[in-house]
Amino acid sequence: MYTAAIFLPLVGFLIAGTLALFTPEDEKKRKANDRLAQIVTCTGLLISAALAIAIFFDVGLHGNAKTVHLFTWIQSGTFDVSWALRFDTLTAVMMIVVTGVSSMVHVYACGYMSHDPNIPRFMGYLSLFTFCMLMLVTADNLLQMFFGWEGVGLASYLLIGFWYHKPSANAAAIKAFLVNRVGDFGFSLGIFATFLLFGTADFDAIFAAVPGQADTMINLFGTEFHAMTIICLLLFVGAMGKSAQLGLHTWLPDAMEGPTPVSALIHAATMVTAGVFMVARLSPMFEYSDVALTVVTVVGASTCFFAATIGCVQNDIKRVIAYSTCSQLGYMFFACGVSAYSAGVFHLMTHGFFKALLFLGAGSVIHAMSDEQDMRKMGGIWKMIPVTYALMWIGNLALAGIPPFAGYFSKDIVLEAAYGAHTSVGTFAYWMGIAAAFMTAFYSWRLLFMTFHGKSRADEVVLAHVHESPKIMILPLIPLAAGAVFAGYLGYENFVGHHASEFWNNAILILESHPGLENAHHVPAWVKYMPLVVGLIGIALAYIFYLAVPSIPGKLATTFNGLYKFLLNKWYWDELYDFLFVKPAFWIGRGFWKAGDEELIDGVGPNGFARATKAIAGRASRLQTGYLYHYAFVMLAGVALLITWYLFTKG
Amino acid sequence: MSNIPLLSVITFLPLVGVAMILLLVRGDVKDDSKSAKQIALLTSVATFLISLGVWTGFDTTTSDFQFIEKAEWLPGVGVNYHMGIDGISMLFVLLSTLLTPVCILSAWEAVTKRAKEYMISFLILETMMIGMFCALDMMLFYIFFEGVLIPMFIIIGVWGGQNRIYAAFKLFLYTLLGSVLMLVAMMAMYWDAGTFDIPTLMTHSFPAQMQTWLWLAFFASFAVKVPMWPVHTWLPDAHVQAPTAGSVILAGVLLKMGGYGFLRFSIPMMPLASADFTPLIYTLSIIAVIYTSLVALVQEDMKKLIAYSSIAHMGFVTIGSFTGTVQGVEGGIFTMLSHGIVSAALFLIVGVIYDRIHTRDIAAYGGLVDRMPKYALIFMLFMMASVGLPGTSGFVGEVLVLVGVFQVDQWVAALAATGAILGAAYSLYLYRRIVFGVLTKESLKSILDMNRREVLVFAPLIILTLFAGVYPQPFLDVMHASVENLVNNYHAALDASGVNVAAQ
Repeated sequence: MYTAAIFLPLVGFLIAGTLALFTPEDEKKRKANDRLAQIVTCTGLLISAALAIAIFFDVGLHGNAKTVHLFTWIQSGTFDVSWALRFDTLTAVMMIVVTGVSSMVHVYACGYMSHDPNIPRFMGYLSLFTFCMLMLVTADNLLQMFFGWEGVGLASYLLIGFWYHKPSANAAAIKAFLVNRVGDFGFSLGIFATFLLFGTADFDAIFAAVPGQADTMINLFGTEFHAMTIICLLLFVGAMGKSAQLGLHTWLPDAMEGPTPVSALIHAATMVTAGVFMVARLSPMFEYSDVALTVVTVVGASTCFFAATIGCVQNDIKRVIAYSTCSQLGYMFFACGVSAYSAGVFHLMTHGFFKALLFLGAGSVIHAMSDEQDMRKMGGIWKMIPVTYALMWIGNLALAGIPPFAGYFSKDIVLEAAYGAHTSVGTFAYWMGIAAAFMTAFYSWRLLFMTFHGKSRADEVVLAHVHESPKIMILPLIPLAAGAVFAGYLGYENFVGHHASEFWNNAILILESHPGLENAHHVPAWVKYMPLVVGLIGIALAYIFYLAVPSIPGKLATTFNGLYKFLLNKWYWDELYDFLFVKPAFWIGRGFWKAGDEELIDGVGPNGFARATKAIAGRASRLQTGYLYHYAFVMLAGVALLITWYLFTKG
Repeated sequence: MSNIPLLSVITFLPLVGVAMILLLVRGDVKDDSKSAKQIALLTSVATFLISLGVWTGFDTTTSDFQFIEKAEWLPGVGVNYHMGIDGISMLFVLLSTLLTPVCILSAWEAVTKRAKEYMISFLILETMMIGMFCALDMMLFYIFFEGVLIPMFIIIGVWGGQNRIYAAFKLFLYTLLGSVLMLVAMMAMYWDAGTFDIPTLMTHSFPAQMQTWLWLAFFASFAVKVPMWPVHTWLPDAHVQAPTAGSVILAGVLLKMGGYGFLRFSIPMMPLASADFTPLIYTLSIIAVIYTSLVALVQEDMKKLIAYSSIAHMGFVTIGSFTGTVQGVEGGIFTMLSHGIVSAALFLIVGVIYDRIHTRDIAAYGGLVDRMPKYALIFMLFMMASVGLPGTSGFVGEVLVLVGVFQVDQWVAALAATGAILGAAYSLYLYRRIVFGVLTKESLKSILDMNRREVLVFAPLIILTLFAGVYPQPFLDVMHASVENLVNNYHAALDASGVNVAAQ
């Protein structure tokens, strides 16, 4: 059961991939081919999801954690890494999120992609992604985690660039892969440093040894570092890349070039949360470095604020949600940073449901609007697609943290824990989180109002076409909506409440010196109400701006033109990186090639030599045959010389 | 078992094929060229199958040389016909016997001009390559080592592209310079140790001063072969001009001669000098990784791009080999094997579309996935193996090298690891320009996907790349004993001379 849950998606991928490769020309046969691919992958995923639920009950609720060893992967000297599947509560929770959202997205995609000519390929990629993601969350050592980590990166690359005819999609795909590689650079160095210190990459062995190395100093890069700090920071760079945190976030908004089901699955619910999962998984390491935790907190808090500011002015419906994702990931990180890992994972889970719901809802809107994504060309369509509209409300309420929706429980515990940490960075994170909560509510209802309310700004042809999505796209949204409504309430006691310690069952370690989560339950009342109050203000403000007095946003934009431009252009990160890295790489590469290889090395070396010898050797045409013989001659002459010399000296 | 001189059989079986072609095939009529191809394929496949016997009979528990064959050859000068393999050379032998039939099959339709001679060249080349990896006598090694280049010259010079004479000339110039110095060094070694026997020389300790000179002389030869920066510029030209199969062997096997040489001669025989020159190796390798990756990024010619990427990959090999750690050395060997398969496949991939459109210009392509889905898939797979995606063979080698070098010098590890980012950049950029996008060019509108023969050429390479990525143990097990022995002796030599006090 345990192994099957992981490998069924792989089987689905292989079958769908084969079908994609042998697409029949005939229209009817092609349809049958597509249908088969859909059935195989969806069935695989649904079974996998059912097994994940069973595993969750067994491992999470009955406390039967276990590890399945498969076989040795790489063994060289003392470096010994195996393929092994680790099932503890943290894994079980992640599996629920991954297979749950993935199975719904698989079903949804059958409807959403129905007009696409490459259905088997798409379904195959989705299953491949799911397999890699499951390998990531079940990893028993750092290297296998890295396998899943890069694997989901590959799937993400393939899916962002799925519509390979679009240059923008290709560019976004490459960007996603490369930015993630920058993060993985840090991750891999972290793995090597871990091996250097502990002599192993296995989690259990590392975690057991960490307390003994709590104060160890290590010499890396010619400098003395606190070992756990440098290791955790290096690993965290990987987490920042995958989870699109400040500085390494630029790929995520561009990733929206991919089909919407992809955005929902990979770029909202699962892959981007891998960084949070990593920090939670490695809590026994991060706990021993206050510096690393501080960095995690500051990065998370800054990202949650900064991404929210951008989300407020974007006009592409998917980009708004993308920046929202980026911002929510910031919450999860600063929760981990204040040692409230379980709160971070709790938010990860609820977010997985409501963000997938929002994305798929947005997909439904885009589908209805004939592939229009610009909210400025929408409006006034709520009566035409009432189910989608209702589902978007649920998603938004959960995202904004309005009780009793899921986000209310998870976001509040995150903020309370930040406050409860009673550290300066914790307080910083709390206020950043409050500011972001306000903006979250604002941009969520801005999205809702611009998309569904007011006078329609779409043209006649599009409007005439607006239709509710088919059942196959609506049905998968129901479980997600149920999650967005109930997951917070149902999960609270187990994740962060009274049953937390038996629920987590040592999957997460929190030292007593980090009481953020404990204190979260005893914070002043205003700390608890603050997120809700600012959320409601945000909604009210969005109402005033986009329904009551719609002229305000335009005026504000002209008045604060500089700020508006700054936000609209996403703080100019892309321009900065282009200037700092992309352009110079090409420029230097060309320089090395032309000036280095061709002029300097060849010019002085072989070509210079050739010029010199040509004068002596005469016609260049003799090179072809002449030199070959010369060469053989020199070789033989050498041997002969050696023998002669030997005989001479001995004789 | 021990009665059959297995190594000699696989070394010289290709020459039997040559003889058969010469005897049975006359003229250059079309039918005849076909039978030449059939004989060549048959011979090389037979050689490969027999060479598998080397693996099954190989004892992984010992670091000693196995399958030893020894006969007096030139008794007066102490040159023996001495063959044998250990965990370092064994897999290279198999790599050579695997790639030769792949090459022959790939040239099935591409080569029409003087096909008979082409096949003969490849069979001779195979003999030289196998002999080189099996030779345990320095003179024997030297003959094979240099002999490899003769068929290679011919292949580039006769069946090459427009500028083949320049490329062959460049190759000649570089290798000649190195070879002469190596030969001198071999004579000096004989003068000191009184033998050409490689196993004996490995236990002989040369004076420290002498090691320095010997090391430099060998370095001159091996650095060119690897190739290391700045003596690498022959490689892009040679690749661009060589026919597809020539590039495959060049990248797949010939580049490994340098790396193998370092492991067979420089490190075990001149450990002190190797330790002294390790910073030089690191520096040149890192320059190779970063410099050539950036150069690869701006290439307009597909083959040149892959050639430059080869140099970057070989940078990893040289770094790993000189770390003095088991992981580093095994990573270096594994990277060579993996690169042997992956870069060979990448050159074949270029060959597939070159055979159809007859240009290597990247700008001439675009949108191929529409008409060539199988091709796109195979290309993607090997590109990912080339950028070291976990689950492919490329990752295993790369990660072992980095694990090894990180223990010794973290800066080197960090700088080398940037190669993973740059590698992804030029590879994905190449893939995008060739495979993705809209198919608009008139010349591509009727291009056909890979046929059955072409898929068959790739099949063994695909299986190996994935198998070695998921379960590399069968390959690593072969190396363990020999590599541990190499590393232990290296450190023992350093300890004995007192330079290694600082290390543990």
